[in-house]
Formats: sequence, C-alpha cells, structure tokens
Amino acid sequence: MEEETRKVAFICSKGDLDMAYPALVMGWAALGNGIDVTIFFTFWGLDLINKQRVDRLEIAPVANTSMKMSMMGVKTGNLGIPNIMGVLPGMTAFATKLMKDKMEALEVPPVREYLQMLVDAGAKLYACKMSVDMMELGMDDFIDGVIDIVTAGDFMDMTEGAQIIFI
Amino acid sequence: MSTLVLNGISIKINEEGFLVDPSEWTREIAEEIAKEEGIAELTAAHWKVIEYCRQYGLESGKAPTLRTITNNAGVSTKEIFNLFPKGPAKKVAKISGLDKPEGCV
Repeated sequence: MEEETRKVAFICSKGDLDMAYPALVMGWAALGNGIDVTIFFTFWGLDLINKQRVDRLEIAPVANTSMKMSMMGVKTGNLGIPNIMGVLPGMTAFATKLMKDKMEALEVPPVREYLQMLVDAGAKLYACKMSVDMMELGMDDFIDGVIDIVTAGDFMDMTEGAQIIFI
Repeated sequence: MSTLVLNGISIKINEEGFLVDPSEWTREIAEEIAKEEGIAELTAAHWKVIEYCRQYGLESGKAPTLRTITNNAGVSTKEIFNLFPKGPAKKVAKISGLDKPEGCV
C-alpha cells in the first residue's frame, strides 16, 4: 500500500510584511519535500492575495519590541527604535524598505513572486468567505492562483488529516 | 552509513539515502537512484537539471536549492515539480549524488 501523503495547511491572518513570510517559507519547504500544501487567507491575511495590496505590504516599527536600532546598522545592542520615532511620517516606509532590502540580499523573492512559485509547485490557495464579505472583495481582486472563496466549514472539510498552522 | 549495491557496484550512502562521496556518482547510479525515487526513466529534461546540479555541487560543495535551480538551469517551477514529483528538493539532490540542499528558498 502506498504511504499516504503528509498534508499541511496554513491559515494566514496577518497582512504585515514580516507575517507574510512564515507560510511562504514553510509552504515552499513542504512542497519541496513532497508535502501537500493548502493556504487559507483570512482577515488581514487577504492582503497577501489582494492584487492591489500584495506589493505594498509593510512593517511598522511602532510597538514592535523586537525591532532594534542595530537592525538599521546602528550598533547599539538592545536599544530599541523609540516608539516616538516610529510615529514619524516615513518610518513605516523606512522599516519596510529595510526589510525588503535584507530579504533581497538573501535572494528571498517578493511576496507576489513567492506565491506564484507556491502555486506553480501545487499549493492550493483559498480566501475566507466571511472576511471577503466583510471587506467587500471578490475573486477579481485576487492574484491568479487563488482557487476559490470558501467558508470555514469548507476549509475544515478540505484539510482533514492535515497539520494546521495558524499565522 | 550504509552501502547501496547497484548492478554490482557498492556506493556509500548516509541514513537518509544521500551519497556520502559525490565523486562516486555516475550516470548509471543516477538512473538507479531515480528508479528508487519513483522516476522510471530520466529524460533529456531530467538530465538538464541533474547536470546543472552536478556542476553546482562540484563548484560549491553543496546541493542547489530549488530556486537556485529554477533561476539558473532554464527550468520552471512547474517543470521541476513535474519532472521530480513529490518532493523535488531532496530527490534532485539525491539523484545528483549530492547532500541535502541547505537554504530555505
């Protein structure tokens, strides 16, 4: 009897640039290892598959306790980026640029291209119906590769036996 | 470490089935490992990928990641997943006589 294929399902609920990558990296690794991958985009996670939003994801330095001055090339150890600085206009764009540059240096593709790689490799992408309705979106708003808009119940049905990772 | 015997030739492999010494690799060995991995026949398209991996492995001492392959070997993501179904990352490296690829992309 053939061994059953391992299945992993990701629920992406965040639209920040840093929160876009976990499912992409792990999903890609899973596909490379022959594991079946399903990704369900809900709430802010819909930004990852929204044509208008996917190239404009950002990371905000405000209230981000892990973001330190040293990440900006200022070698000050544990000194954080002060929240008061983070609220200045342009700081979010600055942090975003910094992260995108670092990712590019590591040859990590941008989110849109990464999602296309996953789709080409066989990942199945779905949008959450309740979030889609709430945000007044439709299939036309999504990048190619999104299969359908499904309910939470549908997601449960299609991920039977899968390991589910919530991000 | 164990030994894999293919057509009378014995090759050293590690616990996960990767060749211990990449220099022991031959095209015949690649064909035999491919069969064990469920690929009945290696076509010209397979060889294009394998030859790129061999060259990359000889130059860097490492196995290329899937994205390195798709960026440089003239093969798309779709094609590589069709050529080496169910886990191309490890399969390609194994068939090319290299170790498991390092790197996440």
